[in-house]
Amino acid sequence: MCATCGCSSGGTIRLMVTEHDRDHRLGHGRGHDHGHADHEHADHEHSDHGPHQHPPAEVHTLAAPDGPRTIELQQKVLAKNDEIAQRNRDWLEERGILAVNLMSSPGAGKTTLLEATMRGLAGKVAISVVEGDQETALDATRILAAGSSVVQINTGVGCHLDADMLARALRCLDPQSGSIVMIENVGNLVCPALFDLGEQARVVLASVTEGADKPLKYPHMFRQADLVLLNKTDLLPYVDFDVREYASGLRKVSPDALLLQMSATTGDGMDTWYDWLRRRTPVPSE
Amino acid sequence: MHELAITEGVIDAVTGRLPDERITCVCLEIGALSGVAADSVRFCFDLVTEGTNLEGARLEITEPPGLCRCRICGVNFEPDGPIAICPCGSAEVTVLAGQDLKITSVQVG
Repeated sequence: MCATCGCSSGGTIRLMVTEHDRDHRLGHGRGHDHGHADHEHADHEHSDHGPHQHPPAEVHTLAAPDGPRTIELQQKVLAKNDEIAQRNRDWLEERGILAVNLMSSPGAGKTTLLEATMRGLAGKVAISVVEGDQETALDATRILAAGSSVVQINTGVGCHLDADMLARALRCLDPQSGSIVMIENVGNLVCPALFDLGEQARVVLASVTEGADKPLKYPHMFRQADLVLLNKTDLLPYVDFDVREYASGLRKVSPDALLLQMSATTGDGMDTWYDWLRRRTPVPSE
Repeated sequence: MHELAITEGVIDAVTGRLPDERITCVCLEIGALSGVAADSVRFCFDLVTEGTNLEGARLEITEPPGLCRCRICGVNFEPDGPIAICPCGSAEVTVLAGQDLKITSVQVG
């Protein structure tokens, strides 16, 4: 059994490591010496990441303690998720790792973008990937084939990743200092917007085949984006998509978000995306 | 349908704080700009509370309106819907209120 990841919350986790990363792990004696590249993690508690610890909270009672009474809580519903997210953020920053939460509708090209990014940054920055899907390890298989270690999280009925899932995935991946962890969230423009994972940046990937009205239709998702990538621009001559209308809608919901037009298939605009990532990637601490 | 996970979060938080109490009412605040549909939470609530110490509890939800300040003209305004556009036409606004999603109180006994 793996000693450093897994806990009792939802989602199943599967780690797939490249041969290079396996040698690195064995050589440095860091965790996961399972000797096989594909490993299911059973549910068990973290020893040092403790996502289920809560500070004692004050409870105020407003009536006699024996009868019916009202108890003031004033507690954020997502307090538990936010607390684990902050712990993830601290963990990543201590180790000098950039985590990017990549969100989009299904089919916008997240996995293709990741494959192209791994090729584009090969030999410059190490990338590992957390894949979130309701079912299958199809995306993880593509990422592994493209040369990165990957954790596949299957959320089952869940429509988003949460901070505890990322905590478990990070323990499995054990990313190196100065590297990037790309988190491919479940394809969905609604639910992932609400759940802080502890990432340093939020990127929304859109594509010209989806329609220019998406920022106005899904304002919560776009409002929180640091960067919006508009993918598949090579298809602009063939689809009815008004880039100016898209940019104007985006400005209305998120005036500070950066918009970058690109095509993961042809490589147009990808250098600007690489620069954006590299500017945010910490210098390795070892 | 993140409201299912949100509603489970409510139940986890209440049972975590008050594990031995029978909860008869839960009061939530769901801000107009929180991204959560109160009706969907109502729909999930009975399902998710089944078998917990919140089973059969009443759910009361208040939905405070959003409040924004325009960064261009400086006026405070209540946005009409989830997209905040100032009456002056500017979209450059700061959200001041209406994003909260919290459990305000519960009744027990």
